[in-house]
Amino acid sequence: MPSVSMSVNGKSVSGEVEARTLLVEFLREHLRLTGTHVGCDTSQCGACVVHVDGDSVKSCTMLALQAEGSDVKTIEGVANGDELHPMQEAFRENHGLQCGFCTPGMVMSALELVKRNPDPSEREVREWLEGNFCRCTGYHNIVKSILAGAVAMRS
Amino acid sequence: MTETGIGAAVLRTEDRRFLTGSGKFTDDINRPGQTYAHILRSPHSHAKIRKIDTASAAAADGVVAVFTGADLEGVGGIPCGFAPDGGPMNEPPHPVIADETVRYVGDRVAVVIAETLNQARDAAELISIDYETLPCVVATADAVNATTQLHADAPRNICFEWQIGDKEATDQAFANAHHVAQLDLINSRLIPNALEPRAAIGEYDVGNDSYTLYTTSQNPHVVRLLMGAFVLSIPEHKLRIVAPDVGGGFGSKIPHYPEEAIVTWAAQKVRRPVKWTAGRSESFLSDTHGRDHVTHGELALDEDGAFLGLRVKTTANLGAYLSTFGPLIPTYLYGTLLSGQYSTPAIHCEVTAVFTNTAPVDALRGAGRPEATYLVERLVNIAAAETGIDPVELRRRNLIPSDAFPYQTPVALEYDSGNYAGLLDEGLKVADMSGIGARRIDAESRGKLFGVGYSTYIEACGLAPSNVAGVIGARAGLYEAADVRIHPTGSVTVFTGSNSHGQGHETTFAQLVSDGLGVPIENVEVVHGDTDRVPFGMGTYGSRSLAVGGSAIMKSIDKLVEKGKKIAAHTLEASADDMLFQDGVFSVAGTDKTVSIAEVALTAYVPHNYPLEQLEPGLDETTFYDPINFTFPAGCHICEVEIDAETGAVEISNYSAVDDVGRIINPMIVAGQVHGGIAHGAGQALLEGCVYDDAGQLVSGSFMDYTMPRASNLLQFKLGSQVTLCPHNPLGAKGCGEAGTIASTAAVMNAVTDALTPLGVTHIDMPATAQNVWQAIHTAPTQQAAE
Amino acid sequence: MYNFEYKRVSTLDEAVSALKSASDGSLLAGGMTILPTIKLRLAQPSDLIDLAGVKELSGISADGNNIVIGATTTHYEAASSSEVQSKIPALADLAGGIGDPQVRNRGTIGGSIANNDPAADYPAACLGLGATIRTNNREFAADEFFKGLFETALEDGEIITAVSFPAPETAHYMKFPNPASRYALVGAFVAKTKDGIRVAITGAGQDGVFRQTEMEKALTANFAPDAIADIVVSPNNLNSDIHASSEYRAHLIGVMVKRAVAGCV
Repeated sequence: MPSVSMSVNGKSVSGEVEARTLLVEFLREHLRLTGTHVGCDTSQCGACVVHVDGDSVKSCTMLALQAEGSDVKTIEGVANGDELHPMQEAFRENHGLQCGFCTPGMVMSALELVKRNPDPSEREVREWLEGNFCRCTGYHNIVKSILAGAVAMRS
Repeated sequence: MTETGIGAAVLRTEDRRFLTGSGKFTDDINRPGQTYAHILRSPHSHAKIRKIDTASAAAADGVVAVFTGADLEGVGGIPCGFAPDGGPMNEPPHPVIADETVRYVGDRVAVVIAETLNQARDAAELISIDYETLPCVVATADAVNATTQLHADAPRNICFEWQIGDKEATDQAFANAHHVAQLDLINSRLIPNALEPRAAIGEYDVGNDSYTLYTTSQNPHVVRLLMGAFVLSIPEHKLRIVAPDVGGGFGSKIPHYPEEAIVTWAAQKVRRPVKWTAGRSESFLSDTHGRDHVTHGELALDEDGAFLGLRVKTTANLGAYLSTFGPLIPTYLYGTLLSGQYSTPAIHCEVTAVFTNTAPVDALRGAGRPEATYLVERLVNIAAAETGIDPVELRRRNLIPSDAFPYQTPVALEYDSGNYAGLLDEGLKVADMSGIGARRIDAESRGKLFGVGYSTYIEACGLAPSNVAGVIGARAGLYEAADVRIHPTGSVTVFTGSNSHGQGHETTFAQLVSDGLGVPIENVEVVHGDTDRVPFGMGTYGSRSLAVGGSAIMKSIDKLVEKGKKIAAHTLEASADDMLFQDGVFSVAGTDKTVSIAEVALTAYVPHNYPLEQLEPGLDETTFYDPINFTFPAGCHICEVEIDAETGAVEISNYSAVDDVGRIINPMIVAGQVHGGIAHGAGQALLEGCVYDDAGQLVSGSFMDYTMPRASNLLQFKLGSQVTLCPHNPLGAKGCGEAGTIASTAAVMNAVTDALTPLGVTHIDMPATAQNVWQAIHTAPTQQAAE
Repeated sequence: MYNFEYKRVSTLDEAVSALKSASDGSLLAGGMTILPTIKLRLAQPSDLIDLAGVKELSGISADGNNIVIGATTTHYEAASSSEVQSKIPALADLAGGIGDPQVRNRGTIGGSIANNDPAADYPAACLGLGATIRTNNREFAADEFFKGLFETALEDGEIITAVSFPAPETAHYMKFPNPASRYALVGAFVAKTKDGIRVAITGAGQDGVFRQTEMEKALTANFAPDAIADIVVSPNNLNSDIHASSEYRAHLIGVMVKRAVAGCV
């Protein structure tokens, strides 16, 4: 079996995988990082969004082997120890999550938005979330959370 | 109100684990020695299985076992939990794995268990099946006259015929009517699509001959009862059901599903844990679907616009088999709601429930009540348009007055409290109706069609009491259980039968305890979702958790305080009758003698100085709370839309909602529930629609073809609130989980038709997609005249 | 998904020979189409040849009046390139509206064009701007490249290396998205180029992207939104599905072209 190595949340990891192993399967099943979720099989729902070399990607639509040598960040690597990242804190303070299943993907997606656009408008947030589905919140508080998170990250 | 007590917007205690990726959903669990199940499903909507050959699959790499229906000797079918009025109801067998016939695309044919999921899937392709395809019936309206019959014991594909209300009085009302508004509508079929796909892990302990099932359920005890008693004959003390973090349900995780029985049964056969996780495409096929009615409705009015009578005929599609609560939804959760907020004196509703070659239909957020509200509110709007009475005015003339409660409707329910005119007034205020003229002019100046829609809805939550539930056909009680345990050092664990799948029970219930026992909220833990840990509970659905489950907690808190007073009285050498309790401190009235609840707890567990002859040690109280009535949330939702007439694209430009959900424990959580509900109902109105083709193939079988509401489809909602307390439960709470959905579908569709009325369009069926709106405009009478 | 051999190559030549030696090899760029297809077991390639390491295939450069976009350049890179934004803003807009942010971070122009999905956006830009598609051994005019549903002029073993877009005088892309998938239900790319007006339609045609020559003629006579008002688009040969009948698509072509023209002027 091919072997793969990468950095995940700052730690070097490696493993033997079938070529068909998706990045999300490698994270969840090999590394037991189960914060990254699988909500669909058509690359649309965004529950599996992680960062690869700083860009948000759907880890269900990338082979583990494609991430060879990459720097991968998952939801487990966002907080600073016990201290939540300002974006995570904003989701908490604005009730931006209910069942919590879409949440990791939402946070990872939001972090990239704010990196590229530190002061997004409500419309820009809504359009950015094209690839992140939520069934619980009606997006109202997710949008509020991301706007608040952007403010917190600017300060 | 304290910072963490009743009424405080306490931030959720469960959020940290979800935000850091340490939540524990079923698919996050792996058990030692675990195998993986892949379920082979029927590609045909209706076919006889002539022959199945599993030999090659069984011999494939990594395969542990292959089972078909023939292997399931002694396994019962999936039971149904409701028969309207106790029957008669045609209740055909619902095999866990199909035996001779498959009846919908997605029906289970075989299960392959292997060392890896890929091996199970690879092997499933080696199973060869000789099908003899049969004619199918898919459309609800075609079922009773179809040439094919799904079940031998259900002639004309009828499951049951049911009615409610006084037919004679209603016919008389129509005979005397000044005006009759009529409507034929289809309430579309929906696919629930909780973001977490269903999953189940079965495990068998050889040493104890006992089973554990981890499953994505809203109600683990119901699953244990149904699966243990009816399907697998496993006694309850040998069967543990665990629903860990559950990623949304919306009704689709109420039913007991065949896959749960398959993995549990198979784990015993292969003597290893068996895990199954649905792919999303599999969820589309195999989760229960929602709604799917074909309805004719008529509303009779007198010359002043007073409603005289409502007459309804509905055909409801139950799918190929009966799901757990399938028959409840289009009967007692639908017909009983047809009075709405109105004092309509005579109502009669007939429902024919049918089988078709489609996935089983069961509860979906609102379950029956959105169907009723949509029909009533659309009819009211049509009546307004036809009589020339303003839709707000027509509603106002017919609202049940606030001094009429308790109000007995003609369709069985007794509304307990409410102020509907107040809700309407507040709704108009929150929606800023004084500015609507300017908004219309603005929209029209941008070339848009503008419309406004109202929905003044009623909801009934917390189906109760159990004896009435039994009379109307429930094969279960509908109480809720709570065990509140104060530990020796004063911290508290709540064991509740209400099982959170996103609603924030861990916070709201902790607030009740913090408030009632004066304990810091961080010292309260709420445990749910494990039949080995919590008392027999009925679960979370029908917006019942706070009104029923929360009330059970309140009753336990009362018992703890009563017992605590006796212990404190002993400690303080006073009479229990003189004891007061506030903010966690027991005191003797008129003195400065006090003892804290933590000290009382320690005394209860270390009863050295304790009235042992009168009182048991310990501080732990369990309640099974059975409400005396439903609760009746109500509200007024107002939606504005703008329509691009050239493309038909509809955009919600304003949405406001004023709801009366009774006592609010956590306003932040309540608002979140309303937001999500609005989005779900708006999704049905504008975006979502399950489509089967004539052969019974699911055309909308993935997110590529089934439109989920996205952030860009919606906007920030404007919320208001009004509180009338529920008079019959200890909290005064009514329920908020479904209100948004029940209201919003009608509000949005009334806005869409309002915008299209000038073009001569009086009704369009959901979803009001751009294509459907364009089609309606294109074929409208005024458009044709112009062409 | 079925298993396959995964090969990472670092030069175009290696890619060509890997493709040649595979029994049923496929190229892997961003993977936004092929991976979902394999996941659903709708494709079963023997080998996936990953082009990510082939540096020469990536990047954006100016070539006189042309913008040349390397085959493995992502949609995000194209959308955010100042070169593209300044010379062909309509192309940057189009790239910035493909799929969602995560698709744009991974998906590539070469992958999009090679697949020729009838509802993809990039084929409309290629045809609308009269782009040249470069491969490892020849060049195609866009008019010669798109051959029908998921069909192109590419031969077995041929690899797209870049697409060269001539900067137009003005251009605009209007997309009416499929509400569920967000692919184009109808997309209209209108450009005023030095060789004349070009109108390319994606999402609608049964044979994939096509030029609406009747509208091109009308717009050549008068480049204004109303110039096409009297043209009735036939629903014949247009797609029909649950989201849009061929009649609705025909209607939307008129609306989208009109709006694209309005966006140009």
